[in-house]
Amino acid sequence: MKAVYGLYPDGQSAQQAFNRLRAAGVATRDITVLSAQPMEDFEFGNLDKATWMWWFACLGGLLGMSAGFGLASLTETSWPMNVGGMPVFAWWPNLIIMFEMTMFGAITATVATLVVSALLPNRSRTLYDPEVTEGKILIGVENPPDGSIPDLERTLGSPLGARVKTV
Amino acid sequence: MTHPSEPRINNDLLRPLLLTSWRFYLLIALFGAFVLAGLVAWFSQMYFGFGISGLRWPVYWGFYITNFVFWIGISHAGTLISAILRLVNAGWRRPVTRCAEVITVFALMIGALFPLIHLGRPWLAFWLFPYPSERLIWPNFRSPLVWDFFAINTYLTGSVLFLLLPIIPDFAVVRDKSTGLRRKIYGALALGWRGTPKQWHRLETAMQIMAIAIIPVAVSVHTIVSFDFSMAPVPMWNTAIFGPYFVAGAIFSGIAGLIIAMAVLRKFLHLEDYLHPVHFENLGKLMLVMGLLWGYFVFNERLVTYYGNEPAEMAVFWRTQRESFAPLYWTMVICNFVLPLVLMGIRRFRTITGCVIASFGVIIGMWLERFLIVVPPLGAKYLPYSFGIYRPQPAEIAITAATFAAMCLLYVLFAKVVPIISIWELKAGEHPSPSLIPPATEEHPLGELHL
Repeated sequence: MKAVYGLYPDGQSAQQAFNRLRAAGVATRDITVLSAQPMEDFEFGNLDKATWMWWFACLGGLLGMSAGFGLASLTETSWPMNVGGMPVFAWWPNLIIMFEMTMFGAITATVATLVVSALLPNRSRTLYDPEVTEGKILIGVENPPDGSIPDLERTLGSPLGARVKTV
Repeated sequence: MTHPSEPRINNDLLRPLLLTSWRFYLLIALFGAFVLAGLVAWFSQMYFGFGISGLRWPVYWGFYITNFVFWIGISHAGTLISAILRLVNAGWRRPVTRCAEVITVFALMIGALFPLIHLGRPWLAFWLFPYPSERLIWPNFRSPLVWDFFAINTYLTGSVLFLLLPIIPDFAVVRDKSTGLRRKIYGALALGWRGTPKQWHRLETAMQIMAIAIIPVAVSVHTIVSFDFSMAPVPMWNTAIFGPYFVAGAIFSGIAGLIIAMAVLRKFLHLEDYLHPVHFENLGKLMLVMGLLWGYFVFNERLVTYYGNEPAEMAVFWRTQRESFAPLYWTMVICNFVLPLVLMGIRRFRTITGCVIASFGVIIGMWLERFLIVVPPLGAKYLPYSFGIYRPQPAEIAITAATFAAMCLLYVLFAKVVPIISIWELKAGEHPSPSLIPPATEEHPLGELHL
């Protein structure tokens, strides 16, 4: 993998580099941004914000609730027992099972969505610098077109405090 | 007040992971010995039978069920408090959340162990699981014990995930700061975390959803634990107040457990720059509120029973107020109400030491509260032929002590392999959004904001 990237000490300089890259004609989707913390106060920290996670959580909840209802109703009617004169299928106690299963479904669906949408796809991408851990913000371009590297280095190097690396 | 830089945050919080002192091994040996003693007691009980415990007719629920309720209560420290503080975006939560979430997971694991210990024959524990059999045990979804199974498992799963998700970025930090095998292990645990905006956003959204989901689950868990009692026709158990009363008590004891854990971590891991007196003060105030709420519930429960004047209930009432259980009852009142009220109500005493003393009092008081809910009513049921006493035996005492040691052991081991304060959340707190910065006043200088 080839890459050109700059390491920036703060959000302002990283945002400048991000803006300059776009002004230089690099598409937003081709810009790699890495930071040690969420940078939602800056534009570059708000890329890829759209997510279906809430909907998947609701779907997981619905599936969980259906599973809870099915488990309680099918088993109670299949193995009928008399408990304190209650009906074989008693709604009040079954609501507890349905509630717990709803929450279980919502939680597991949320985590599954996180893993599938944000963690697994990143396994193939390799641009990384351990200095990000120390608080530096990385703005770069992976696999830039041949011949564009000197221009990108100049663009990334212009904000204050930038350190540009090419790998 | 100093604001540590990002490299310093890394160094301070990764130090316990990368360096090991003799104290660590000493603590492991000490707590390990207690846990071993507890295991010996448990295996003795399995070998010799339940006769070596103090559980006999009519008091079949003793220390084990007390511990079960107590530890499930302690588990409310973490996930619930952490989730609430996350949702209200309380800035001071940042160094506190992980300490709290860890308590939840380990306390739940320990609590869930007690039904197994109480079974006497733990190899038959699978009878609790919902699976079809000719015994017709499992389809009984009308039993609170089956509700326990679902509630505790949902809460445990949710709490483990709620703890693990925000650890992923910190695993990446450890990966970057270590070498060799450790780097490989933490690299695998970091799940390819790089810190892209997409990853941060998804993580924060997931934490938000989890926080919303986990709060009702936490409330339901202790309500359902209270149903184990309130659904039974036993004097002073069959009451509608038990649900909220148990939840309030659980949060109360959970906060106390959290304060003690934070004070120990602060002292031994030298986290003075991260766990400030203001964190203890804020938790102390929460503990005061919960203490008052607890007192309100106890007053309600007692007054209604007293006015009802039902003979069986009054027998239990007087047993705890002025007869054999009175010393325990009044110790509970002092520990749970008087001590927190004095120490947390008077600002001068709301120091770290004051908070820790009050917390130890609350832990003792809440354990006694659980004991007094479980044992006295079982020894004085509706008919005099079912009156009896309970005397805990060495096996039960050893197992109880071992669970406290197990909690400490698990906590020490966790702090050895995972940063006990969330590094990325702390860093995020160092750079608040400009929109969150309030105008400076004499009372609230800007320097206080990140707390």
